[in-house]
Order: sequence, then structure tokens, then C-alpha cells
Amino acid sequence: MARYRKNYINPKRFDRSQIKIMLILLPLALFMLLPIVFIFCHAFKPMDELFAYPPRFFVIRPTLDNFYKLFRTTSTSAIPIGRYVFNTFLVTLTTVTGSVFISTLAAFALSKLRFKGKVTLMEINNAALMFVPVSVMIPRYLIINALGLIDTYFALILPLMAMPVCLFLIKQFTDQVPDSLIEAAYIEGAGDFTVYRRIILPLIKPAVATGAILSFQQVWGDVMSSSYYISNETLRTLPFYMNTLTGAGNVIAGQGMAAAAGLVMFVPNLALFVILQSNVMNTMAHSGLK
Amino acid sequence: MKALKTGKKLSSRENNLNAYVFLAPYLLLFLVFILIPIAMAIMLSVTNFNTLEFPDFVGLMNYVNLVTQDEIFMQYVLPNTITYALIVGPGGYILSFLVAWALSQLPKVPRTILALVFYSPSITSGVAMNVLWRILFSGDQAGYINAWLIRLGIITEPVQWLTDKRYLLTIMIIVALWSSMGVGFLAILAGILNQDETLYEAAAIDGVKNRFQEVIYITIPAMKPQMLFAAVMSIVNTFQNGMIGVQLSGANPTPGYAGQLVVNHIEDYGFIRYEMGYASAVSVVLLLTVYVFSRVSKRLFSEREY
Repeated sequence: MARYRKNYINPKRFDRSQIKIMLILLPLALFMLLPIVFIFCHAFKPMDELFAYPPRFFVIRPTLDNFYKLFRTTSTSAIPIGRYVFNTFLVTLTTVTGSVFISTLAAFALSKLRFKGKVTLMEINNAALMFVPVSVMIPRYLIINALGLIDTYFALILPLMAMPVCLFLIKQFTDQVPDSLIEAAYIEGAGDFTVYRRIILPLIKPAVATGAILSFQQVWGDVMSSSYYISNETLRTLPFYMNTLTGAGNVIAGQGMAAAAGLVMFVPNLALFVILQSNVMNTMAHSGLK
Repeated sequence: MKALKTGKKLSSRENNLNAYVFLAPYLLLFLVFILIPIAMAIMLSVTNFNTLEFPDFVGLMNYVNLVTQDEIFMQYVLPNTITYALIVGPGGYILSFLVAWALSQLPKVPRTILALVFYSPSITSGVAMNVLWRILFSGDQAGYINAWLIRLGIITEPVQWLTDKRYLLTIMIIVALWSSMGVGFLAILAGILNQDETLYEAAAIDGVKNRFQEVIYITIPAMKPQMLFAAVMSIVNTFQNGMIGVQLSGANPTPGYAGQLVVNHIEDYGFIRYEMGYASAVSVVLLLTVYVFSRVSKRLFSEREY
């Protein structure tokens, strides 16, 4: 037999052959990480370090000044920052819950139930994976306007709730729930909804987590909805406000504040992903598209 | 075969009406915010519509104008978009694959940490992204890139990175590549990690000698479905990120139209000039472009019998 050493993929422990791969990956990883380290440092810099010349990358005397300032600035503006925070939490929570809920429902039907038009529906959804929302911002605006949703929370929530990617990933994951399990439940007399709630949902938790992350990432940083569909300042969200902070002409005045704002937006995203990453990887293993 | 077996036992009813109940909420939103907008874009694209008066039918006029009259589109938007898409799309995709493959050769703990590092730029939301890069590339001498280059003696005068039309597109491409390792990258990584080891064993017996051959003959063919998913995600993200030129330079249109991409052109005509019909025609072109690219990748990764 040809001398076969185990393949190199997913090794159990460190091996010398991995050194050369590390040597290539580490510099690249450093480049990817630099801007993020920079945001962290910048957000904690005191005034004199922000404007030091030559500029310094790392922070020497970290302070929370920028965060205080960020929250204080808003007390001089008409809308307190608490309002933006509240709006963002409300919108994010509703959108994430809603999109995951409707996706799991639809995924269960597409994966495990038999009905007319099933194949066509799945194909339409797969085609919609290619959907680029920015390309239809005008018709979307007209529809939201026609439905009378302008200046309501619904305008921030509803358009982001149907996510073809979310449905696709959850459906693929649901496919591998053994049919025998479901059959047994039907024989016991369970209805479709019971099967969904008692069997499917507990078994597809990783996919639910993944859908939640993807939906969260989309809505948490969404600036576009606030700027197009909302003209009432009290309904706008945090990212929109952060964007005005960093907008044209404000770059120097609010550098530290802007970095603090950026950090506030970034950290929840990162934390969520770190906590749920094994679920995401588990789901991605079933992400194949044919 | 599996579907048939499922069908017979899972539900005695041939056509399970409950299924429609389960699907209804998703389908309703899908219809209202995805399908109808696409249909409307197509309809509006053959009209003249200024948002105030009722749209009047002008046939293919908008498309004809786009190709023959719109100098900005032809001179700046189209070349910019092609350059940007060709580098960021395949570039980000290939980078994702190479990084994912390299990561798969590491043990679990370092792999997870590094995967997180590579994935994290794609989740720095638009806001964080434009704060960060605008500070780094700030045009005065205290801007970080400028200060470093001056200190190293490469330049003597500060460069207006974000408002100079010579540099804007390049910076956009760098930023886009930096944040290109998203969901597709994770799918590829998961795909490589979940491959059947016996494939590699068999290949070694058949004479595959090195890792490069392994990648070409086994890794890629065995995970075509994941590769396709990642390709589609990569194409969509490339066009989706089209706003970065405006975010970086702080203006639409971007200085000298240097960073103007199709998405910005739509926004410019739709929300600044209120020529919705024309902007819709541009939208349709964008949708078609994404579709065509996705079809091409489907061709590449479809599982054919040899």
C-alpha cells in the first residue's frame, strides 16, 4: 500500500508541518486585526493622544472620556441617546425574533411536509439568495410609502424580516433531522405544530442561533432604513445617529467619540459571534447549494 | 428517493394544507419586500417617473439612454464597477478559500481563534468601518497613513487619500477585500473540515502526492455545493457593499466620480434627482448582473456526471 499518512485536515495536535502555514497566516491575520485593534485603542484615547503628532497607534493612558462625551453630546441635542438605544434594541429584538421564527416555520414546511408547489418555492428562495436589497431600494421605498409605514417602527422591522439566506440555512439543517423521529411522533398522534415545536425546534438549535446572528448583523448596523423610511428623529436608530456623528465636516471634532461609537456598534456583534460560533460552524457544514 | 419515502409516511394527506400555514408569514413578507419590489423595478424601468406625477410609459427609452446618453455611467460607473467587482469578487473568494484551507490544517484552538480574526472585519458594521478607515486615511498630515508615509520618507506632502480621484477606488477595493471573509468563508471552512477522510486515503493510493494535488482533485470537487454557496454570497456581498465609496469620501457623487458604483448611481438618480424610472432601469441592470454572475458560478460548480 502506498505510504499514506493521515490527511492534513483537522489535525488533533500540533505538528511541525503546521509551522509554515502559521508563518503565512499570522501576518495576514495581523493585517485583518490591525484596524480593529485601532478602533479599540482610539476609543480609549484621551484628547491629547487623539491629536498627538506624530499620531500614535496604541493608547498609552486609556480613559473613558470619549464614551462620557458620546453620551453627553446627545443631552444637548433634541433627542437623548437613550431614545436611539431604545429604538435600536426594540427594532433589533423584534427583527431577529421575527425573522428566525418565520424562517423556522417555513423551513419545517419546506423540509418535512408534503404539499403542492414545494419544489418551486424552494427554487424561488434559492434564486433569491442572489437578491441584492440595495438594488431595489426605490421600489421598496414606494411600497413602504404605499403601505403607510413611513415613520413607523414597522418600516425598520418588516423589510428586514424575510431573509432568504436565513431560510436556506435553516432548511438545509432541518433536512438532516431523521424522518423516523418525526414519523414516530405522528404515529403517537402529534399534529404538525406539535412536531415543529417539540421535535424540530429543539433539534435545529444551531441553525436557529446562526439565523439569529445573521439577522442581528443585518439589522444592528442598518443605516439605510432609518435614513430612507424615517423622517421623525425620535424613531431613528443608533447606527443612524452614529453616522451623523461621523458625517462630513465632523471628522476631526468627533474622532474619539466616533471611535467610541464604532466600538459600541462592533462589540455586541463580536460577542454574539464568539458565543455562538460553534453553532454557526455546525450549520455551515450543511450550507451546500446545488 | 428519500423524499418519496418521507412523503408516504410523514403525512397521510398528499397535500398537507398545514404547510401553507407554516409558510404564510415568510411568504407574505418575501412577496411584499422582495418579489414585488423586483417586479416593480422592472415595470418602473420602462417609465418616466418623478414620484409626483403618475409614471408615463416610455418603453426601453431608459435603457437606451443608459447605454447611449449617460456619459457618467459609461465613463465612470461602469468601468469602476467592473474593476471593483472583478477584483473584490474573485479576489475575496479566492482569499477566503486559501485562508479557510490553511486554517483547516491547524488544530482546533488556534483554528477557531484565527477564524474569528478573519471573520471579524465582515461584522464591523458600516458605521464602524467608515469611522475607522476615514480616520486612518484622513487627508491632513496627522492622518495615520500620511504620517507614517511621511516619517518613512515615501511622501513629503500629505495625500488627500479619500477625496483624490486617483486613490479612492483603490482604497475602496482594499477595504472591501479586508471585509470580504464573511458567511461564504465560514461555509468553505466548514465544508473542508467535514470532508470524508477516506477520500484522501483512496486518493493517496491512486497516486495523489502533495497537498496541492489534494486540493485540486479532492477538496474542491468534494465540496462543490459549499463552494457554490460561498460564490453566490461573495457576488451578492460585492455588490451589496457598493456604498463604501460614498461612506469613505462622505459625498454622493464621489469626488470626480472616482468611486461611483452602480449602487451609488441608483441612489444618485433615485433619491437625489428623483428620476425613479431611470434609477429603476439601473436597478434592473444591477439585478441582471448579479444573476448572470451567479449563473456562471453555478455552471462552474454544478455537479455533472463525467
